[in-house]
Amino acid sequence: MSKGVWIVAEQRDGALRKVSFELASAARKLADELGDEVGAVLLGAGVEGLAPELGKYGVDKVYVADDAVFAQYTTDAYAAAVAKVVKENDPAILLLAASVLGKDLSSRLVGKLATGMASDCVELKIEGGKLIAKRPMYAGKTFGEVSVSGSPQMAQLRPNVFPANENAKAGEVVKFDAGVSAADIKAKVAEVQQDTSGKVDLTEAEIIVSGGRGMKGPENYNIIEELADVLGATVGASRAAVDAGWRPQSDQVGQTGKVVSPNLYIACGISGAIQHLAGMSSSKYIVAVNKDPDAPIFAKADYGIVDDLFKIVPELTTAAKKIM
Amino acid sequence: MNIVACVKQVPDTEALIKVKPDGSGIEEGGIKWVMNPYDEFGVEEALKLKEKLGGEVTVVSVGPARTMETIRTALAMGAEKGIHIDDPALYNADAYTTANALAAAIKEIPYDIIFCGQRAIDGDMGQVGSILAELLDIPQCTIVTKLDVGDGKATAVKPIEGAQLVLETSLPCVITAQKGLNEPRYASLPGIMKAKKKPVDVKNAAALGISVEPKAKIEKMTPPPARPPGKIIEGEDPAAKAAEVIRLLREEAKVI
Ligand SMILES: Cc1cc2nc3c(=O)[nH]c(=O)nc-3n(C[C@H](O)[C@H](O)[C@H](O)COP(=O)(O)OP(=O)(O)OC[C@H]3O[C@@H](n4cnc5c(N)ncnc54)[C@H](O)[C@@H]3O)c2cc1C
Ligand SMILES: Nc1ncnc2c1ncn2[C@@H]1O[C@H](COP(=O)(O)O)[C@@H](O)[C@H]1O
Repeated sequence: MSKGVWIVAEQRDGALRKVSFELASAARKLADELGDEVGAVLLGAGVEGLAPELGKYGVDKVYVADDAVFAQYTTDAYAAAVAKVVKENDPAILLLAASVLGKDLSSRLVGKLATGMASDCVELKIEGGKLIAKRPMYAGKTFGEVSVSGSPQMAQLRPNVFPANENAKAGEVVKFDAGVSAADIKAKVAEVQQDTSGKVDLTEAEIIVSGGRGMKGPENYNIIEELADVLGATVGASRAAVDAGWRPQSDQVGQTGKVVSPNLYIACGISGAIQHLAGMSSSKYIVAVNKDPDAPIFAKADYGIVDDLFKIVPELTTAAKKIM
Repeated sequence: MNIVACVKQVPDTEALIKVKPDGSGIEEGGIKWVMNPYDEFGVEEALKLKEKLGGEVTVVSVGPARTMETIRTALAMGAEKGIHIDDPALYNADAYTTANALAAAIKEIPYDIIFCGQRAIDGDMGQVGSILAELLDIPQCTIVTKLDVGDGKATAVKPIEGAQLVLETSLPCVITAQKGLNEPRYASLPGIMKAKKKPVDVKNAAALGISVEPKAKIEKMTPPPARPPGKIIEGEDPAAKAAEVIRLLREEAKVI
């Protein structure tokens, strides 16, 4: 019988990503309900030393394949390794991050393990011993509760939604032989172009300040950037601003952009079209600044200011500076 | 080049989505159906590739009778042929089962490169492209914003958090398209006329010899959680309103 709640920990350049602790904590909670153990798969080069950090967040056993072939994420090497250790140990549940790489890996694993997966989940529970995963569908216009009949029951967890709780367990290292060599990698990473802005990516940001068509032009984003700087936020944009060429594609929030769930989302000069809401309506707090009192964004906003953003945004910066 | 583009028909992004009273699915009446926006990027890239290197584009879709319109749209954009997998057991199928049906149909034809959207905006799963690649045992490059194909290999740009990866892969492979890859063309009037005469093969699950046993199931659909009504900060003075919001964010919401 399948047993154990497993995660695939995500690390980059030798450091665990925050979402790995969210995964570990979510897995711990499920495992406690099931009276089960938490396992984590950790792949990389020189990563064995990270195991205790996973232990701190509730992982009992860390299955490590430490090898140069895993220095850089590739679908081929990572999927082969995870599939192998999962088949050998037969966990009941397998959780991965709904991050860019987590999506790539988990979906390939669904194929390799011939199972099912709930994508981009925001809530997990156990019912009758089975995982039930809740997730937005139709751009968040409805939610679906998904069960998986294949094994393991897989789910991707949306970053920033599940709390990371410390709950110390052994974090015992179990080394495994992944049996993967460089020759198995068909899609190779030829180059990594680091984003030099030093900003946290939108999908991982705790605070986002977004500007839309109401910004009137690219030259005006300095007021958004100043507010973002004071709050330690990342700048986002609506599709209207991206399509106008004011902001790069990577800044777009929404149905055809990024799905974000920060603690705070400040929308400036954004009307709140359904496709924009699709990307940000799971934010914990939403602030809207818009001069049109009927703008749909106000229906989603916790705090709204109906006024000219060119007056309000600099004042938000001033007020924030006083307390930050 | 033998190029395949997978297309899914989905509700228009403006569509009002209503859950059936028993929570078993959505009400389909009154919905306007369109090609999944990410699949438009896939079809466009397929056509551009054909125009550059020569060859043929085949579009494949799983769905009910109405799906034929979306296949015709792709044919009108410039694809040569279509495969329509129509079987009630596959309507609203899970990702594995859908990918398995696509794989079975694609295995019967020659292919050098396969395009999918990075995600279909109905179920928002983002899984089918990768599962398809696995079932065909070929490499994948997912969520791609730039592609170059030549000399039997593909070079793809994939943005990740805080960086961009340049991936290089042998062919055949699966590419899943992200916004930014290109600007999809509109079907021209002559294109629409020609599309009516282009061949579309219709198949069911039995003809493909696949299992339709689902691996994942939507037990129930529920409306999104209601957000408590927000507060509009009243007043004339921008500085006072801004200061009030900052105060609320710190003291009430505790997010800054
Ligand atoms: C298939 C499809 C996919 C899409 N995907 C996305 C997506 O991923 N993300 C996305 O954002 N959109 C997406 N859209 C587009 C979406 O429908 C809207 O067109 C877009 O979100 C509008 O952007 P906006 O709010 O910036 O502009 P507008 O709707 O034009 O709103 C501008 C707002 O600024 C306000 N304003 C103007 N001047 C000021 C001022 N001085 N002070 C204060 N307020 C001011 C106005 O009152 C208005 O509400 C998609 C559309 C389609 C069809
Ligand atoms: N029913 C389908 N028919 C054809 N292609 C599909 C179907 N479902 C998904 N796809 C392809 O797989 C991509 C990702 O879909 P999904 O995993 O459902 O988000 C889509 O953009 C399509 O290219």
